[in-house]
Amino acid sequence: MPHLISIANQNSQFLCQEQRSLLSGLEGQKIKALQIGCRGGGCGVCKIRILDGNYQSKKMSIKHVSADELAAGVALSCRIFPLSDMTVETLD
Amino acid sequence: MKKGVMRPGHIQIRVLDMDEALEHYRDLIGLIEVDRDDQGRVYLKGWTEVDKFSVVLRETDHAGMDFTGYKVLDNDTLNALESELNDKGFTTTEIAAGELKGCGRRVRFTAPTGHTFELFADKEQTGKWGIQARNPEAWPRGLKGMRATRFDHCLLYGDDLEGNLALFTDILGFDLAEQVLDPEGNRAALFLSCSSKAHDVAFIKHDEKDKFHHASFWLDTWQDVLRAADLISMTDTPIDIGPTRHGLTHGQTIYFFDPSGNRTEVFCGGDYHYPDHPTVTWDAEVLGKAIFYHDRELNERFLTVLT
Repeated sequence: MPHLISIANQNSQFLCQEQRSLLSGLEGQKIKALQIGCRGGGCGVCKIRILDGNYQSKKMSIKHVSADELAAGVALSCRIFPLSDMTVETLD
Repeated sequence: MKKGVMRPGHIQIRVLDMDEALEHYRDLIGLIEVDRDDQGRVYLKGWTEVDKFSVVLRETDHAGMDFTGYKVLDNDTLNALESELNDKGFTTTEIAAGELKGCGRRVRFTAPTGHTFELFADKEQTGKWGIQARNPEAWPRGLKGMRATRFDHCLLYGDDLEGNLALFTDILGFDLAEQVLDPEGNRAALFLSCSSKAHDVAFIKHDEKDKFHHASFWLDTWQDVLRAADLISMTDTPIDIGPTRHGLTHGQTIYFFDPSGNRTEVFCGGDYHYPDHPTVTWDAEVLGKAIFYHDRELNERFLTVLT
């Protein structure tokens, strides 16, 4: 079942399946809210802050998201897989 | 002037998940897994490579390149280059034989762009994979994926290109085969050769040090590049750009990403370079065409997405 993902600071929403990353979900619906980079957690260009919702994450480069940031909800959207509706905001 | 550096010998790439990385480098690109060590590193090579390994994968918490190494003619050459590096102000570190399994002692140093390079003279020679040394057949059965034949070069992004140019030409004896010049005449890219290949290493100007753009693997034909593109789609592998041709070096190419975000190129064809050839120059005003000869337009990702 797809989940509704809201991008709070861009006033935009999209649907994302659980097996797709948030970035992949955006890319599939041609929404240009984030730069598409390596799609593998290595380059750091698709950074977001998660404000609400449940998710699973895959490993991402500590050079771009430190352990403290990760604990505070900062993540690379290519490594976040939704388990519920989510609210996020894009970061530089 | 040649100083006895023969060819790219190895590259150690950082990956976030080894099993996923092996699906990419072994099963998709078609490198041969040849060994593992007690640090958990996995050693691979292209099937035509005579030395034991050329790619080392290390699982850690961030992506990128640890180092790349070049093989030199013999131990005397290694000693001479080590001395010259020291005389010209480079601090060298000696890595003991066997730290990489099957590799002799390595002389490690940091380039002005911040990248870690190594020189070595000895590596165990296990021969081309899957074919006999005597009366060899054309190619081995049982290759996987893109059937890449060898690790060819890497492209690195960093700040001090003039420092790297002096290091690679004056000390290591590479030729500047191609360059990109900006309108003020400053070098924006260097393509350096220690052989007759169009490039054995390349650098692009960037304001951060020690960034990794891609590792590149050789395919024999354009048809193989198209087949690689099919495999990239079949496996839903993230693509950067291609299949297309470069203006610089004129190679035919496709770029895609490993599961940790490191970029990979497979390519064929392109120009050759001999020491008496003048440096080929591209102007930064036509950088789009220089990099992507058909589209004649850069994608932002190619310049900014690095590990």
